[in-house]
Amino acid sequence: MKKVWERIAGSALLPFLSFLLAFFISGFFIAFSDANVLKTVGHPGKFITTALSTVGNAYLALFQGSIFDPNLTAGHGFMRGFYPLSETIVTATPLILTGLAVALAFQSGLFNIGAQGQFIFGAIGASYVGFHFTFSPVLHVALALIAGVVCAALYGGLVGLLKARTGAHEVIVTIMLNYIAGFFILWILKTTTFLRPRRIDPIAPDVKPSAQLPHLAGADFRLHAGILIALVAAYFVWWILNRTTIGFQFRAVGANASAARTAGISVSRVTISTMALCGALAGLGGAVHVLGSQYALTADIGGSFGFDAITVALLGRAKPFGTVLAALLFGALRTGGRTMQSNTTTPLDIVLVIQALIVLFIASPTLVRFIFKVKNLKTNAAMTAKGWNG
Amino acid sequence: MVFSNTQKRQLRLIAVVLLLLVVELWEFGFAKASSNKTTFGFLLGKEWVIIHEWVIQSTTGSKIFSGIGILAAVLGIFLVRSNKSPLPGTAIAGFSLLMSFLCWAANGKFIPMTGLLQGSLMLAVPLIFGSMSGLLCERSGVINIAIEGQLLAGAFASGVIASLTHKTTWGLLVAPLAGALISLLLATFAIKFSVDQVILGFVLNVLVIGLTDFLYKKLLIPYSSTWNTGPSFARLEIPILGKLPIVGPIFFNQTIIVYLMYAIVALISFSLFKTKWGLRTRAIGEHPEAADSVGIDVNKLRFRNVILAGLVSGLGGAYFTVGSVGSFSKEMTAGAGFIALAALIFGKWTPMGAVTAGLLFGFADNLSGTLSIIGVSIPSEFMLMVPYIATIIAVSGLVGRVRAPAADGVPYSRGSH
Repeated sequence: MKKVWERIAGSALLPFLSFLLAFFISGFFIAFSDANVLKTVGHPGKFITTALSTVGNAYLALFQGSIFDPNLTAGHGFMRGFYPLSETIVTATPLILTGLAVALAFQSGLFNIGAQGQFIFGAIGASYVGFHFTFSPVLHVALALIAGVVCAALYGGLVGLLKARTGAHEVIVTIMLNYIAGFFILWILKTTTFLRPRRIDPIAPDVKPSAQLPHLAGADFRLHAGILIALVAAYFVWWILNRTTIGFQFRAVGANASAARTAGISVSRVTISTMALCGALAGLGGAVHVLGSQYALTADIGGSFGFDAITVALLGRAKPFGTVLAALLFGALRTGGRTMQSNTTTPLDIVLVIQALIVLFIASPTLVRFIFKVKNLKTNAAMTAKGWNG
Repeated sequence: MVFSNTQKRQLRLIAVVLLLLVVELWEFGFAKASSNKTTFGFLLGKEWVIIHEWVIQSTTGSKIFSGIGILAAVLGIFLVRSNKSPLPGTAIAGFSLLMSFLCWAANGKFIPMTGLLQGSLMLAVPLIFGSMSGLLCERSGVINIAIEGQLLAGAFASGVIASLTHKTTWGLLVAPLAGALISLLLATFAIKFSVDQVILGFVLNVLVIGLTDFLYKKLLIPYSSTWNTGPSFARLEIPILGKLPIVGPIFFNQTIIVYLMYAIVALISFSLFKTKWGLRTRAIGEHPEAADSVGIDVNKLRFRNVILAGLVSGLGGAYFTVGSVGSFSKEMTAGAGFIALAALIFGKWTPMGAVTAGLLFGFADNLSGTLSIIGVSIPSEFMLMVPYIATIIAVSGLVGRVRAPAADGVPYSRGSH
């Protein structure tokens, strides 16, 4: 038991320290860009208290907006106070799935920047089946999810195919495919098939109620069954990686492609199936996002889920369980960031800075080791992308 | 007749172009014939006039250009068969392909050709700056995905400083420093801490986007009169050259940043291949062990080149603010850094290749805008996809083998290889 605990503590130490550093540095940005703080520059004592209270208020709002807000309990009961937490989970759900799409790719040595495009294609597929057809409830949800997954798996698989056949680097191909997906959704929302009747702004019809994911905590909360799908997907990825032959091959190629090739593993087959599977995961994210909380496809449905996914996977050290935790954390930052923006003078965008800093420190353990003077920080070999010729 | 792999690829490319030309000849020349006329305008400002505008029957124009293109493509095939470069053939065929398309697409309408090309160059400027930055890094063995961040930092810093000081010059001077600051982070983490360069570049982009978005909302919007009302450079017409018809307004009636770009491109293409610095840079990018063995300090030179690259792309960032509109807006680089990276790869990591690719991407971008303004039936979204699809085709090796510098992205430490 003690060993298990040590292992958890060991692998959580680097993320924890990176986290501290990121919040510390972001605090300076919050303080030094605040007009009230800058007014007190001449008086050191007042300056420090104002700066501390500004940063403190911002981080407090971040917490209240993401976990528990006592102000909401008045007149609605205690549970209502957890509304922010339910919103955090709603935001985290697509993030878990796109995060898994990036994490799985890392495991086989691929850097999947394309979760954004794959997410969009998943959303398009699910939305189309959701609003265009009529089925019985459970079947409709299943078919809409499958449609999203298939569209995105093809879009992701294309990357693997190009890489395996021609050596085209997945980073460049996925960056390009993200733009193409962005333009594609703009176009498709102008077509008569997708454009909602009597509307001119790019929005598709709502998916039919039979295709919507059921709510888990009553109508007051947006919390939907997507989180269960995401958790099952995370378990599925863990199972594939650790309990199947193909998963072993994924990791073998990720660890050392030429050794894997020598051992008789078909690297191109692994590359194609990894990317297709990653596409499927990101696409599931898009599908769940549409069927669970948005209902209507819009041009900005992708938000920044695909890009956040990379920071999520890096923070989760490309492990399924870690990715779930990281997604919940970033979901909380996002959700809380919105409250922080409306209640204090600190804009939501500081969350991006915090995210980037956390990942930057996690990616450079040498620096964290140096700053905190700790010795045995566990680092992760899975988090490397290969250069253009790799 | 036996062809080498390169020749096979060239033939494949020509075959595709030929096929497209035949389709155009049939579709635009016969199947969708229209009696409208297409007008190409060439006069933009006060330059000397040779030709004011050129009017042609749209169907005739498509037929003529498709015909010329087909002949050129056939010429290209003969050039390949006689072991020569098919470039003249493919270039003329490609140009004809475009003109035939334009004659059809703009039937009954007016296309401002000179304006179209001038706008293309303007859109290409940040791409060229960015790709030069990428070139400096990657030729010396450090992958630079952070071009987007460097451009954005440059744009932000120059916009804010120009606004605070009311001087465009200060904006121009500060922009390279902002880019270099991002480069400093890139160089420190990549070279000193051996952090994975692709991930690092990505994270730096997120960091700069987050910071500029944050400061934009916190300072630039509420206090816009002091923080975000920067002046911008006026166009500077070069005497005589600027008066040349067509070429003048495109190349020699631009802002100072564009002229600086010419100088930087010329300097880099010369230095990289003709100076000691260039030879060393290429050596540490291709074979750092060999470079080390003859006494070159690999990591020191890499560090310097990465900083230099930041100066270049930071300056490119200034083009977005003091170089054009003056004020900064949220994420105003809009992915130019990534397209610059694509241009670098499309141009096979050579200065001239990257510049050509940048110009092509700028042209495709501006063409889609122009066509949607004059109201052409092709959805503008598909036109906008062109540079990205072209890049995928390029990296897939359909156009020619694309090879990065051998040690690109591989941290170097003595004795570890």
